[in-house]
Amino acid sequence: MALFILRRLGVMVLTALCMTLIVFALTNLPPNLEKLAKTQAGTRITDDEVHSWLERNGYSAPILRRYGEWLGVVPASVATDAAGNVVGGRCLRGVRSTSIERVPRYCGVLQGEWGYSTKFRVPVSDLVTERLARTGVLMFWAFATMVPLALIFGVLAGMREGSVTDRTLSTISIASTSTPEYVSGVVFVVVFASSAVGLKWFTGSAKSAVNGITFENFTLPVATIALYGMGYIARMTRASMAEVMTAQYIRTARLKGVKFRDIVLRHALRNALIAPFTIVMLQFPWLLTGVVIVEALFVYPGFGDALVQGAQNNDIDLLLAVSVVAVVVVLVTQLISDIGYALLNPRIRVS
Amino acid sequence: MRKTDADGPILEIDSLSISFFTRAREIPAVMDFSLTVQPGEAVGLVGESGCGKSTVALGVMQDLGTNGRIVGGTIRFKGRDLAQLGREELRDLRGCEIAMIYQEPMASLNPAMKIGRQLMEVPMIHGGLSAKQARAMALRMLEDVRLPDPRRILNAYPHQLSGGQQQRIVIAMALMSKPSLLILDEPTTALDVTVEAGIVDLVRDLGRKYGTSMLFISHNLGLVMGVCDRVCVMYSGEAVERGSIKDVFDDMRHPYTQALFRSIPRPGADKIRHPLVAIPGNFPLPHDRPGGCNFGPRCSYFEAGRCDAQNLHMAPVPGKDRHETRCVRFREIDWNQPLQAPDRAARAQVGEVVLEMEGLRKYYEVTPNTLFGSGGKRVVKANETLSFDVREAETLAIVGESGCGKSTFAKVLMGLETATDGKITLDGREIQDKPIHKRGRALVADVQMVFQNPFDTLNPSMSVGTQIMRALEVFGIGRSDAERRARMLEMLDLVKLPRDFANRRPRQLSGGQKQRVGIARAFAGGARIVVADEPVSALDVSVQAAVADLLMDLQRERKTTLLFISHDLSIVRYLSDRVMVMYLGHVVEIGATEQVFAPPYHPYTEALLSAVPIADTHLQKTRIVLEGDIPSAMDPPPGCPFQTRCRWKDRVPGRLCERVLPPDIPLGEGHRIKCHLSADVLAEMEPVIKPAAT
Amino acid sequence: MEQLSWTGALGPWLNPAIGAAVLAFGIAAIAHMFVALLTAGQRLQHAPGTAARHSPLAYRLTRGGLSLALGALVVVALAYLVGGILLPPDQKGIIGYLSTRFLPVWIALGLTFALSFAFRRRLGLYGHLFDNPVGMIGLGLVLFWVFTAVFAEMIVTFDPVRDVLPGMKNRAPGTPLANPAQGQFDHYLLGGDMLARDVFSRMVAGARVVLAIAPAATLFAFMVGIVLGLPAGYLGGRFDSILSFAANLVMAFPVILLFFLLVTPEIVEMGVPAYMAAVLFLFPIIFLVILWNARYRTHPMRRNILVGLTFLIGGWLYLGLAWDADPLGLISIPDGVLIVFVSVVFVNSPTVFRIVRGLTLDIRTRDYVAAAQTRGEGAWYIMLWEILPNARGPLLVDFCLRIGYTTILLGTLGFFGLGLPPDSPDWGSSINAGRGLLQVFPFPPLVPAVAIMSLVLGLNLLADGLREESLKD
Repeated sequence: MALFILRRLGVMVLTALCMTLIVFALTNLPPNLEKLAKTQAGTRITDDEVHSWLERNGYSAPILRRYGEWLGVVPASVATDAAGNVVGGRCLRGVRSTSIERVPRYCGVLQGEWGYSTKFRVPVSDLVTERLARTGVLMFWAFATMVPLALIFGVLAGMREGSVTDRTLSTISIASTSTPEYVSGVVFVVVFASSAVGLKWFTGSAKSAVNGITFENFTLPVATIALYGMGYIARMTRASMAEVMTAQYIRTARLKGVKFRDIVLRHALRNALIAPFTIVMLQFPWLLTGVVIVEALFVYPGFGDALVQGAQNNDIDLLLAVSVVAVVVVLVTQLISDIGYALLNPRIRVS
Repeated sequence: MRKTDADGPILEIDSLSISFFTRAREIPAVMDFSLTVQPGEAVGLVGESGCGKSTVALGVMQDLGTNGRIVGGTIRFKGRDLAQLGREELRDLRGCEIAMIYQEPMASLNPAMKIGRQLMEVPMIHGGLSAKQARAMALRMLEDVRLPDPRRILNAYPHQLSGGQQQRIVIAMALMSKPSLLILDEPTTALDVTVEAGIVDLVRDLGRKYGTSMLFISHNLGLVMGVCDRVCVMYSGEAVERGSIKDVFDDMRHPYTQALFRSIPRPGADKIRHPLVAIPGNFPLPHDRPGGCNFGPRCSYFEAGRCDAQNLHMAPVPGKDRHETRCVRFREIDWNQPLQAPDRAARAQVGEVVLEMEGLRKYYEVTPNTLFGSGGKRVVKANETLSFDVREAETLAIVGESGCGKSTFAKVLMGLETATDGKITLDGREIQDKPIHKRGRALVADVQMVFQNPFDTLNPSMSVGTQIMRALEVFGIGRSDAERRARMLEMLDLVKLPRDFANRRPRQLSGGQKQRVGIARAFAGGARIVVADEPVSALDVSVQAAVADLLMDLQRERKTTLLFISHDLSIVRYLSDRVMVMYLGHVVEIGATEQVFAPPYHPYTEALLSAVPIADTHLQKTRIVLEGDIPSAMDPPPGCPFQTRCRWKDRVPGRLCERVLPPDIPLGEGHRIKCHLSADVLAEMEPVIKPAAT
Repeated sequence: MEQLSWTGALGPWLNPAIGAAVLAFGIAAIAHMFVALLTAGQRLQHAPGTAARHSPLAYRLTRGGLSLALGALVVVALAYLVGGILLPPDQKGIIGYLSTRFLPVWIALGLTFALSFAFRRRLGLYGHLFDNPVGMIGLGLVLFWVFTAVFAEMIVTFDPVRDVLPGMKNRAPGTPLANPAQGQFDHYLLGGDMLARDVFSRMVAGARVVLAIAPAATLFAFMVGIVLGLPAGYLGGRFDSILSFAANLVMAFPVILLFFLLVTPEIVEMGVPAYMAAVLFLFPIIFLVILWNARYRTHPMRRNILVGLTFLIGGWLYLGLAWDADPLGLISIPDGVLIVFVSVVFVNSPTVFRIVRGLTLDIRTRDYVAAAQTRGEGAWYIMLWEILPNARGPLLVDFCLRIGYTTILLGTLGFFGLGLPPDSPDWGSSINAGRGLLQVFPFPPLVPAVAIMSLVLGLNLLADGLREESLKD
């Protein structure tokens, strides 16, 4: 087991490296850098000024070298003026002193330096932590609504395949998988929050949720995220449950004289939940898209909003941090899903 | 436990009819079926797949699924009509008074629940026992089914046990509440022969010990004979004959029963003196049954106007106890008329040596992960020093149970794998290192294969004709499509299939027909060596003979060398010239068929012979039950591979068997065995199968 | 001209009728649920499924009531549509006008269903769909949008992009034009958006954009997934490890981040989409060439013709689509569409790869594959002619689901204003444009939202029907 986890961690690191390299390469394409220079130093600057701005801020070195700088395995290049004072460069961002001795040589991820957001003008680590906390709350509630509902739906539907309950719940699940967040969000706002035709039960913006979550301002975003994922998990659970219910060992249990309720709870449930468990965990990368959409639609300044802002303004350090966080979340959930699968499924555990 | 006591029969099924309902129509699965099981009696229910025997069992359990329904007749258990029972009453009955065991032991056990919990559940539900009492009871039961180390097994999960152990658990679970009736639905089909023999013994002994009545469902007449007192033969949804084992086996009064016995190879029968007689035609589909007698169209005693006139009923055979048959002509037929053997050409002359194996080895390395390959590599020794030769037009049977390496050997010969060591010489050319894509077209066409599973052997999305044509194309036969088409039609003639089958899809064919197409495909390129990997074992008994005959006819005509891989010693004895017995990758015995089937045996061959179920009341056999299971090829025992299960081991001095791999001992005329036993011990061996003392 | 009502002259009769039908349906549904719960014990006394015969009277009664109410609901809904077409123009409501505009779609839909139903026994799996109500509803929804896209020019009432009519900004559905020109349609049936364009016409034109991109992109993703997934599953080894790692890498990328990085003007400026297209669009050609070569290696003549044709036609399309260098000047894709197309293909391919690989791993153990190996068939023949045809069932089902998912992805791109030009009538962009004032003027984003949902729902139901029917075989 330990070896397995170790190997998975290795793959994780490799994946994260590949991914950040891709993100790094895409954000550092010349047109993107030019755009960055213009947003930072003024839109009307000449090409020469763009060039010197990039030079001064350490954006002109070869891409792999700068990737190494970001990682913290290559000393960061610094631009100094005639007096020997540091005027620019990766490590200067966020540091007050300009004397060369006070500026650290390495300032990459390995040193805990995530860089400085050019859009928000704060250290990336502070920004990301704050945003992640907000999104975490949103995700928590979304999961807390979505997963139990989906599992109950799936188990009830798959328990007796072909029954009226099954047909009804399956139709609901299909409808829910067909409703992406930007559709359900729009419909929810129109129905429940719109001042023109709606019921006005909830608010159509979650901006105030930053200062405190209330039933009014948080219901719609949570429901919007939960709805799209719910149908998918419910359908997987149903399929898995229906398959288990036709298994020979369920017949054995039935012919042993076990009560239907006990067949479902003791014999079927554990076997039926193995597959959905994996699915639930793999929902995280999907949920991220949902989070971005919902945060945009309901104006909630969370992690998704940071991603959008970072991308729209080519905020390189922010985007890199965002993608590291995203990939870590994805891979950790994959790892948990594998371990959980092994724990739930005694057949795997031994080998 | 609440049990009802009754004096009468345990189970009384009276003119039961069961149908399945699809959206389109009603499909009758069982019609007018009656059966009585007396206390302590074991009744066999015999028939081919699709005859409705399992449906009867599920009908008794009142568990026919969503679209099955009892449409007529009654099932009484100890006098109570099961259809009238409420949900609670039914549940009290199931598992407590009637228990059922079925085919796949692995599938019957909950994979995520420990064995102990699954066993304890029964007395806890039905007897209201505490967990502790139930556990003690489970422990006793595991000892009863002769499982080693029951305490450990109670805490194990099903997948940690072997197939034979799992089936013992299932039996233990069924017997936990000491039921009055035990229904066994093909309980050993998924198991190896030697394991099967152990299970059958166990069932018989425990049935006697607890006085349980049994309904034993099987397609294997030999097994039924070994376990049951009475037997009921089913054909296409109906019972056709019923009676005591002796009456039905020796004085059958229904043409189907007779035909069934004539189509199975019996010990002592070989292909020249006692040819098998296949039942002509195919099993009727449930919605396509003929009027009158269902067996009519395939029956050699058929008389138009009488047999197909009206629905038939069971009629008692005069002078016999409870022996009944569903045949209008049973009084007129001369049942003792000797079989008119179809004319058959004499055995083909065996020619030159075509294929030679010399010290062939095949090892596999098993690595856990390919991208980050690390950790211990393990070696599976699938084949260990195989040496033998085969001649033209000869049939060599390769016999062994699962894991003995017979399929690996086939793969190496076909070129799907290359040998680790040793030589394969075909017509003087060495081919052990030539994978299939390096073999020339002629060589590939020369060595062909017939596969085991008829449902898997043909590509479901291509028509039958296209598949044979493709083989012809690949083997470079015929210059144009038209020529190949003509050739393909000839091939269909050759395997006795109608020509319009060329345009059919495999799913429109029956298992036997698919297997014929598979044979046509293998012979398409004029193969000189055909490897037949269990070609008939997945087919119904009545079809097996026809397919085996076809294979032999083709072989004789074309002087093909046939390597016949099988675990079924009856059929092997029937059609092979020589036999090679394999165990855990080793050849333990090889010789002419008569030599192998007569003493002295290799101890494994002896056990294998003893395990074969025989459907003949005139024969008796020594019972040798092997302990334990076949060891894994990943981790074979030291010394002789068979030493862990050998009953002769203590006759070899100095624990030689556990240390040294035995040498090949020649016994004359090409017969040799791999064993440490001395000549005088071997001479002591007695034949396993003997005529019964009457 | 006055403001149109939703139902026009039909309202006074049909509105109460539909109210009654809905009420009846609700009551019947609740009653049935209660009865089903109460009688569960009695019904289960016998084997399940015998329920039909032995179920108690109350159960059968409520179930009958439920079906009856559902039938009534459908009849009234149809009455709105048919009645709307039949009414004279001055009495039509919005629904009536809409129904009339969709007339070509109704006719095509009716013809397709009638023909398919008549010949359903000879149409294989497609024909079996007509035994399956769920599949039929799905197919109906999908075909509705397909025909809408086909007949878009006949259906639209205004030009979806250029017709910006003064005074129609953010108007409610059914608003009449202030002073319609001669021959011009005189209402904005579903209102006007924030730039005073006709919401209805934009929705119809959006169907064409979505249905031009989504199925084609899915098809390309399948080509890539199949060409890579088959050998990965069949040959295994290092090739499989590397490809699987790459697929996992792409799948670990949050889709949205990938879109934000790829679908930007800066990336298009660098020519990245063209390079990606150059790689991705090669796969169909590779696929066909290998396909022909494997099948007809024993017929060199026929193979050469087929391979030649593939190179000729495929090459021409390839030059036009990927490099915008069609020598005949007939084929080209605008950059914005190309990048959207390419990134959607890129996101979908790894998933298809995984599915194909899994199916291949399963099917390669079959005896007919071994039979092909023992007669010396090449690896590609086995993959493409022995394995692939037998994986078609699950692949077809996934294809339908994936078109739906691709539609959702396109909507996502539009929602963030990525790729397609901002005035594009596609549904995602329309939602994006309207979401700012959603709470005050709900219709501009609501209409395309419902359109997306109904199309995806149709595809999902269709896939479900296909899955059920293919399992029955």
